[in-house]
Amino acid sequence: MSEKKPSLGLRLYAILAYAYIYLPILLLIVFSFNTQKINVRWEGFTLHWYNELFRDQDVLLATRNTLLIAFISTLLSTIIGTLAALALQRYRFPGYTVAESILYIPVIIPEVVMGISLLVFFSLLNFRLGLTTITLAHIAFNIPFVTLVVRARLHGFDKSIEEAAMDLGANWLITFWRVTLPTIMPGVLAGALLAFTLSLDDYVITYFTAGPGSTTLPLRVFSMVRFAVTPEVNALSALWIFTVFVVLVIGQVVQRKQA
Amino acid sequence: MQDKINQRTDYRAPFLLRRLQEDPRSQGMALISPTFFYLIVFMILPLVLVVILSLLTRGPYGNVVYRLNLQNYSRLMDSLYLRILWYSLEVAALTSVFTILIGYPLAYYIARAPRNQRSLLLFLILVPFWTNFIIRIYAWIMILRTQGLLNTLLLNLGIIKIPLEMLYTPTAVLIGMVYEFLPFMVLPLYTSLEKIENAQMEAAADLGARPWQVFLRVTFPLSIPGMIAGSILVFIPAMGMFVVPDLMGGAKTILVGNLIRNQFLTARDWPFGSAASMLLLVLTLVVTLLYTRKAGFGEELLV
Repeated sequence: MSEKKPSLGLRLYAILAYAYIYLPILLLIVFSFNTQKINVRWEGFTLHWYNELFRDQDVLLATRNTLLIAFISTLLSTIIGTLAALALQRYRFPGYTVAESILYIPVIIPEVVMGISLLVFFSLLNFRLGLTTITLAHIAFNIPFVTLVVRARLHGFDKSIEEAAMDLGANWLITFWRVTLPTIMPGVLAGALLAFTLSLDDYVITYFTAGPGSTTLPLRVFSMVRFAVTPEVNALSALWIFTVFVVLVIGQVVQRKQA
Repeated sequence: MQDKINQRTDYRAPFLLRRLQEDPRSQGMALISPTFFYLIVFMILPLVLVVILSLLTRGPYGNVVYRLNLQNYSRLMDSLYLRILWYSLEVAALTSVFTILIGYPLAYYIARAPRNQRSLLLFLILVPFWTNFIIRIYAWIMILRTQGLLNTLLLNLGIIKIPLEMLYTPTAVLIGMVYEFLPFMVLPLYTSLEKIENAQMEAAADLGARPWQVFLRVTFPLSIPGMIAGSILVFIPAMGMFVVPDLMGGAKTILVGNLIRNQFLTARDWPFGSAASMLLLVLTLVVTLLYTRKAGFGEELLV
């Protein structure tokens, strides 16, 4: 569609729609600085809730767990998923369609079903639920998304530069390391970023695969919202939103530069 | 014994390596195998276990009795559970409808915006989506609570005398779901609207169609694939959702997702919970197939 000056009505609608999307989040942030504890009524500015937050051992532990799980699952799923993307985009082999359809499963399966099936699986194997099981589960749901993103990047890849490298005497390992990988790197990074955010954000699957002592931030926020709504939740949310925003902007800038 | 194994691997390794270097089919299989095995073990196998579990029975102490039967499935046909199922379908369908109603004009607006602004406008839709979804629910809890923002505002303006009960109602669940899933609808709608050639719309206009006729007869039909993709992306997670009803719905609103969760974590009837999961899975697959049969699996689904 080409651009065309939208009617006044449509423009007003768009403003309202963006307000609808952003207002709840802005209010959330504003009230993290409020002195009043119970009512959502503005009384005065304070940083008290942020202070509370940084002394909350549960929150700190949850942050550590979340980051640990996100880093490990991102690293492994990016490696595994990138290999799969290379295989599917470059080669034809027996089992191709099977592999491709397996990769679609997490897109079409309800999260709660994936969560309980992993719970069943781990308990049947007598696996202690905890950080390891959460990480294993995160890798599983991240692989397909990484593959999807990297494949999209490989789509326009010019194979002749690889052949040129081979002709000039590079073996396949050197060719991959010096030619292929640098070319697909933006796609790999985009896939990794997606995996990282999906892992940070996941509640449902983490909920079913978590055990004692392996609380993550989404689990922590859930129980805070459920049992004691204080501006401390607002402060935690505000910090989270801020972090995500910074990461997103950095991601955009990096992608722009490489494109 | 150990020597024998070593000998064999010694003997085979060079051959495998040679094959890997020369045969592209083996290369492809080598590259896919980590994904293949990982997903077989951590995705397919668990699902198979749930299928088997759904055919077994719960013992008296929450244990599992190994006797194959269809008891759990016939129990699901009880009117209590059918009502939960129907209600979940209703909520998921309503969520899809409302995200279309809110998202369509927005996607249309973005598709018509100046080219250099489009990615920014889309990015702005996505930013809240990247923040944790429980935080987004919490934002609405803060607004809808009895001592929440909306009640405070209405009381101060003198519109109401006593606070309204807005949270912990079915409407609150719907508000939460729609807010949660809106980006899933806007993105595919935008993709399909953006692709429409201007020439098609101009041709219609040249042939005497009024602007609203151009929209109804050209633009709208061409955007249906996006709407279908969006509906699937909203419907599937909405069907299995249990967090929004948990936090915003109070005790009365139970969706299939809550039923499954409860069977696994509070009632400890895993076989019955497994049967309910299978039913949910089949239902979402059927709905997805029905939706896609007309449109075909478009690339819209993969944005």
